Amino acid sequence: MDFSTFLIQTLNSVQYGLLLFLVAAGLTLIFGIMGVINLAHGSFYMMGSYLAFALSPVVASTLGGGLITTLIIGLIIAIILGYILEWMFYSYLYERDHLQQVLMTYGLILVIEEIRSLLVGDDVHGVPIPDWLSSSIKLSDVMTYPVYRLFISGVCILLALGMFLVLSKTKLGMMIRAGSVNREMIQSLGVNIKFLYRIVFAAGIAIAALAGMVAAPVSSVYPGMGQGVLIICFVIVVIGGIGSIKGALIASLFIGFIDTFGKVLLPEVAGVLVYVFMAAILLWKPSGLFKAGS
Amino acid sequence: MKKSQLFFLSFLTIVLMALPFLGSEYSVDWMTKTLIYGIFALSLELLVGTTGLVCFGQAAFFGIGAYAVVKISADLITPDAIYLLPISMILAGVFALFVGALSLRTKGVYFIMVTLAFAQMAYYVIHDTPIGGGTDGIYLYNKPSLFGWSISSSVEFYLFTLGCLLFVFILLGLITHSRFGRALTGIRINELRMRAIGYQTYNYKLMAFVISGMIAGLAGYLFAVKDGFVNPELLSWHLSGAVLIMIILGGLGHLRGAFIGAFAFALLEEFFRSEAIFGSFAKYWHLGLGLSIIFCVAFLPRGLFGIPSIWQSKLMGTKNASVEDQE
Repeated sequence: MDFSTFLIQTLNSVQYGLLLFLVAAGLTLIFGIMGVINLAHGSFYMMGSYLAFALSPVVASTLGGGLITTLIIGLIIAIILGYILEWMFYSYLYERDHLQQVLMTYGLILVIEEIRSLLVGDDVHGVPIPDWLSSSIKLSDVMTYPVYRLFISGVCILLALGMFLVLSKTKLGMMIRAGSVNREMIQSLGVNIKFLYRIVFAAGIAIAALAGMVAAPVSSVYPGMGQGVLIICFVIVVIGGIGSIKGALIASLFIGFIDTFGKVLLPEVAGVLVYVFMAAILLWKPSGLFKAGS
Repeated sequence: MKKSQLFFLSFLTIVLMALPFLGSEYSVDWMTKTLIYGIFALSLELLVGTTGLVCFGQAAFFGIGAYAVVKISADLITPDAIYLLPISMILAGVFALFVGALSLRTKGVYFIMVTLAFAQMAYYVIHDTPIGGGTDGIYLYNKPSLFGWSISSSVEFYLFTLGCLLFVFILLGLITHSRFGRALTGIRINELRMRAIGYQTYNYKLMAFVISGMIAGLAGYLFAVKDGFVNPELLSWHLSGAVLIMIILGGLGHLRGAFIGAFAFALLEEFFRSEAIFGSFAKYWHLGLGLSIIFCVAFLPRGLFGIPSIWQSKLMGTKNASVEDQE
């Protein structure tokens, strides 16, 4: 493996890892704060990709806007959707045990997947990369790297930074962090827990959908795309420690590297590697790398 | 065994024995599949409902049982269930011993994820290496007989499957009411206390895990022989999820619940897929299935098995469920 191949794979790993982080961050927050196992989280990632596919021609023809406008409109739709879904379904799950949550969110996966099939059909679609991002950077005589992938990494880093600032510097973030450590306590301190939950949930879903929207041009848009992401993100959440954003970030970068380099260096066992890594981590630290609150 | 359980069992036996004489070829075939899911659900019920261990990798044991029979009988001239069945179950059990020994070190959600991780490893080993024949799977050309009798017709195989189901049901009934089964229930309710009394809870849980894996292997064996075909999807997490859904749908903590759940799941699937009822909309059968699952969570928190006690409390005007059901 020469240096430029190595560089390309490293960039790919970081980009994949950061993308996974966006989905996993919402999952770990919802899991850590509300104690809800949200199997349908991958479906929101898929929904984001389909939003990008459905919105981009509409946005281009009516508003004349490009990718950024599409992302913003899609994000607003996702936030509203998350808010409504929390109110309709998830708010009933907080008091139930984990198995009931698994059952209901599994039902939601089926419903969302079929509504998608009804509205858009089962074909694989592509989303065009906007012109200003479609060039490539030359790394050596034969190797180039697409600018759009760098753009994905950039968006992810910006979002991760934003999330970090909100969580560590604002009052809302303080309440969220407190909620992930001790739910009853912040409730008795007078925090409107229902509202907090709704915000966290809508934000988690919106970030997952945004990840799907940004990834759509490189991964293409296809049925069932959320489910592969879901399982990998659960792996990340568990490796990082439930409820820990820092853990999710580190774990998703690890997974990004292991998966990308595994596919290049050891293609026969690439699928297993991620799970071997997870089993090893959990046998070493049975509750993940960074447990929330510690 | 309790009287209600015996009653359920004999009722079930009579109805199911009568089916081949009343139903069509298709219904016998469908029922065979449902019975296999019933065995599979029962295997998980021992872990989730009795011991309180939520295993999200049950399909691995199912798939290993299925692949074992196909791989081994490929080299035999007259394969016989009398040794193939135990071998498949033992192979699934050995894998369960390995998975259980490691994953039982973790708890709660982490346990769910570690069992999933091991199942995914098994999935990728079958999927990516030459052992499993890749995505296409392998055919079983030479169906095993039983003591030299052919059991290849659908009615014969149906009766064989029914026999297996009754055997598993009775076995699990005896286990859950034995001293060992009581200890497992104790572990579910309060493991710390069980350990304080002096039970080596790890060994008990591992034992339950292996038994459960072997029964799942049995279900896998039956599935492979019934279809004459195996593919890696038998080990996929979708199946592990579906079987978990079955037992929750039926109602946890009861063997009957597991069977009712498997039956209801298969029935719902068949109903929403039927083109006679839904016409061209039957293509979107997941929608109906998903909505009914959500409905069940919203209105039947204790599963289908809890329905009688809801009616009971409505009629009597009390809110307390009977003590027996709480167990």
